[in-house]
Amino acid sequence: MKFVDEFREPGVIAKATEEISRLADPARHYRFMEVCGGHTHAIYRFGLKDLLPSNIELVHGPGCPVCVLPMGRIDDGLSMAQDPQVIFTAFGDMMRVPGTQGSPLEHQARGMDVRIVYSPTDALKLAQKNPGKHVMFFAIGFETTAPSTALTLMRAKELGISNFSVFSNHVTIIPAIRAILDSPDMRIDAFIGPGHVSTVIGCRPYEWIARNEGKPIVVSGFEPVDVLQSIIMILQQLKAGEAKVENQYKRVVPWEGSRAALRAMSDVFELRPYFEWRGMGFISQSALRLRSAYAQWDAEQRFQVPGVRVTDPKAAQCGEVLKGVLKPAQCKLFAKECTPEHPIGALMVSSEGSCAAYYNYEYRKAGALTSIGAPV
Amino acid sequence: MCLAIPAKIVALLPEEQNRALVEVAGVRRHVDTGLLVDDPPRAGDWVLIHVGFAMSKISEEDARDQIRTLTMLGEAEAAMQEVEGYGLGET
Repeated sequence: MKFVDEFREPGVIAKATEEISRLADPARHYRFMEVCGGHTHAIYRFGLKDLLPSNIELVHGPGCPVCVLPMGRIDDGLSMAQDPQVIFTAFGDMMRVPGTQGSPLEHQARGMDVRIVYSPTDALKLAQKNPGKHVMFFAIGFETTAPSTALTLMRAKELGISNFSVFSNHVTIIPAIRAILDSPDMRIDAFIGPGHVSTVIGCRPYEWIARNEGKPIVVSGFEPVDVLQSIIMILQQLKAGEAKVENQYKRVVPWEGSRAALRAMSDVFELRPYFEWRGMGFISQSALRLRSAYAQWDAEQRFQVPGVRVTDPKAAQCGEVLKGVLKPAQCKLFAKECTPEHPIGALMVSSEGSCAAYYNYEYRKAGALTSIGAPV
Repeated sequence: MCLAIPAKIVALLPEEQNRALVEVAGVRRHVDTGLLVDDPPRAGDWVLIHVGFAMSKISEEDARDQIRTLTMLGEAEAAMQEVEGYGLGET
């Protein structure tokens, strides 16, 4: 309840929670998955779980780009930058994610030229400013980020910048949702759909979830009121025996998505036949690689990629947590060997990772640490 | 990294294709508007930016909502850090 006073309209929150209690069938146990890590963060940050009836369980989905990246890909990226001519660039989220020989930041401490960038265009500029070096951008992200990488590559091609490449680890959200629905140990009644991914892909790609799987999905904004309203919309559908795609985040998400962004993505990227996801195994057509027209800027073509497959530390149960089978605190390493200060798995690194969110809000709130509710 | 940051377009930069000067909480930075080519923004418009690119146009009211969301999520500082990081110290 700590954050209730930050809510814009406490009255609206109270009404929304009343409506949820009214709609929820006490004889039923509901499991709703929030697909996006941004929602996971918001749910813990605002303590929304405490506002819901106990028979509504929120299950955290795979929408955290650094969390789903297998450790082998981090090792592959870092191996390219062993060459002193190479500058390794990535978003800040990536910097503390552990590879088998340490994180990018730890490699930097050992002398590797590792730089944080805030935009792929910054990496391109870095290449222009350092013509004697090669700048490799370690690209991660779902459809929210992939169009920006695509436009950066188009610019590199236009300008003929040859000392720049992209190591694409872009993934797509729909196959991940499909894998979750196909997973035998998973039972989900409905989905809270990702907000900003949907500004790019729109709402149509979710239609099969409603039509074929019979599950409601509501694309949601990130404010407490947004998430609660999305839960109301889901409960209304379930009560009426319906399954539809609805858009709660209309103020930002157009139903059709962004044609320009989709065009840029399809001009530059093509689907890989399969890609490994941490904890979820290989998923068909779930990731993007550069088209052959961009081979010159494709780090996987320019460098020897060891293609290592690394098994996660045995005791860590990142996979089960990622799929929503285990709650963060049920992992054997949670808050023991694995903390935000010394993360073993990526779920403890990113603010969108469910373990970090759980640790920073729930675990601290429980009094395990004194700085209750301290901003992180 | 899925959260988007609202910014106001101050000026379009005619000398560079699809570049605009934006303002976020008093900080001015260049962003790429290449994802909005079908409906290009004009000076005074509000946009959501993500990793240095304007992703979508939004109303001023929604921009204020989004600023509040970032603040509530404790992400406002990270967002400003990100914005200040764009463009290797431009402007």
